[in-house]
Amino acid sequence: MNSWKNIRDDFPILNQEANGHPLVYLDNAATTQKPRAVIDALSRFYERDNANVHRGLHTLSMRATAGYEGARARVAAFVNAAAPEEIVFTRGTTESINLVAASWGGANLKPGDVILLTEMEHHSNLVPWQLVAKRTGATLRFVPVNGDEGLLDLPSLDRLLTPEVKVFAFTHVSNTLGTINPAAALCARARNAGVVTVVDAAQSIGHMPVDVRAMDCDFLAFSGHKMAGVTGIGALYGRRALLDAMPPWQGGGGMIAHVDFLESRWKPAPERFEAGTPNFGDAVALGAACDYLDGLGRAEIQRHGAALGRRAYEVLSGIPGIRLLGPRGERAALVSFSFADVHAHDVVTFADQDGIALRGGHHCNQPLMKKLGLTGTTRASFFVYNTEKEIEVLAASLRRTVKFFRG
Amino acid sequence: MSSDLTDLYQHVILDHNRRPRNRGRIPTANRVAHGDNPTCGDQCSVFLRLEGDRIADISFDGSGCAISQASASLMTTQVKGKTAAEARALYDHFHDIVTTGREPEEISDVAAFAGVHAFPARIKCATLGWHAFLNALKDDPAPATTENTPD
Ligand SMILES: Cc1ncc(COP(=O)(O)O)c(C=O)c1O
Repeated sequence: MNSWKNIRDDFPILNQEANGHPLVYLDNAATTQKPRAVIDALSRFYERDNANVHRGLHTLSMRATAGYEGARARVAAFVNAAAPEEIVFTRGTTESINLVAASWGGANLKPGDVILLTEMEHHSNLVPWQLVAKRTGATLRFVPVNGDEGLLDLPSLDRLLTPEVKVFAFTHVSNTLGTINPAAALCARARNAGVVTVVDAAQSIGHMPVDVRAMDCDFLAFSGHKMAGVTGIGALYGRRALLDAMPPWQGGGGMIAHVDFLESRWKPAPERFEAGTPNFGDAVALGAACDYLDGLGRAEIQRHGAALGRRAYEVLSGIPGIRLLGPRGERAALVSFSFADVHAHDVVTFADQDGIALRGGHHCNQPLMKKLGLTGTTRASFFVYNTEKEIEVLAASLRRTVKFFRG
Repeated sequence: MSSDLTDLYQHVILDHNRRPRNRGRIPTANRVAHGDNPTCGDQCSVFLRLEGDRIADISFDGSGCAISQASASLMTTQVKGKTAAEARALYDHFHDIVTTGREPEEISDVAAFAGVHAFPARIKCATLGWHAFLNALKDDPAPATTENTPD
């Protein structure tokens, strides 16, 4: 069991100043920092075990293969998949969704079919579907988002889930609004309509228990770097029967059972979707990130994040002229806000001078921004090491900023 | 408040941000160009009335941070009445100021933008309006984007 008590000591990067102030890192929705345990797992792999996987018969190769496949089993357990074969390693959420859209979408969509998305999707759960829609003649449809509170318009779902809908792809947690969507309920309604479900878990995977069998989704995509892991690795969970029926989306070494000059046969999933030398070093580090988060307790992580999200909403709501986005009630570990008279990038630059890392802009969510009549927001997003005191530091900085601009 | 920050947000910049000059669309415009910065979503449209080689009138519209809005506003006041060649020279001068931080010898409002140099991520904000303007001058129908212009 990792301890919450000295948790900040687990993250070496936090122990520094930015612009002469203690670093207050509140850009965790973009990427989280990495605990020593993950950094060590990565260096240990390269210092002891590195060799290409699956091909070599020598000791190191066998060790690296065991490490890589061990990481797959670890990630499978982390999301409660039925088997390690249901986990395909990818570069991250974006690549996972592109894989589903290209492979499953390419094989299963035809003119007249509808891809159902929501208005709160990150560009990475929108653009891949636009691409496959263009290729197959399918069209896109969107579940509306209701106003600044940012909740999905659930009553409209039954009307939108017509027989033409073949797939419903939605985010578990909105990176812009902090909305937590009822993923299990959404999947159940889609399943009743015979619709395949794709869940973007980029913003939930590191922050709450994510259980693919409880959720009963068909696919789930996530990134390692948003859950204390390193960049360059992520995964796609896919229901076994679906993965096995899908064609490859990239060709190369490692994914073939037999190659002839004119034709090849594929390995079963997950290797079928992992052409080329996989990112085994980072996969091993991802396994260590799973261990770290489970050590803290995923339910405890969720409680901590929800408390900070709520607290930040409360504290910031006292700042004159602030417009807070996202749900008033239950919300994820982030707040997103704007001012009519101070632009998000100016807010971010001012906060940075106080040592606070924020994100300002459209958060890869341009259509939603447009709908809300915004060009961007400022976002503060939290992780396991953030504190209520940091929220006070943020609030004080924001008050100084708006005062400066209002003169 | 750090001195870098007060250098960046000088009085001139705050003033142009609060009370932008030449904002809105001039009905007599015969050239229009649009600029955007895809990384941050800032947008700027420039409306130009070119008479012969002279910029008879100019306005801008858009949304973005204080730096981009103030820069576009100040740009319109600077180039109005100038010839195209004079305006291009003003841009070169401005570009030099924001990329090197060298303050001009003569007293001028553009000197306020020297502070941008300490914030490399914001140089694109300061030059957005200028890029839209240069495109309008060239009568280039393609939107100016900060992604394929050097700065
Ligand atoms: C909701 C959501 N989906 C997808 C992504 C894309 O993740 P990645 O860039 O790691 O592929 C992000 C990252 O910001 C996100 O917040």
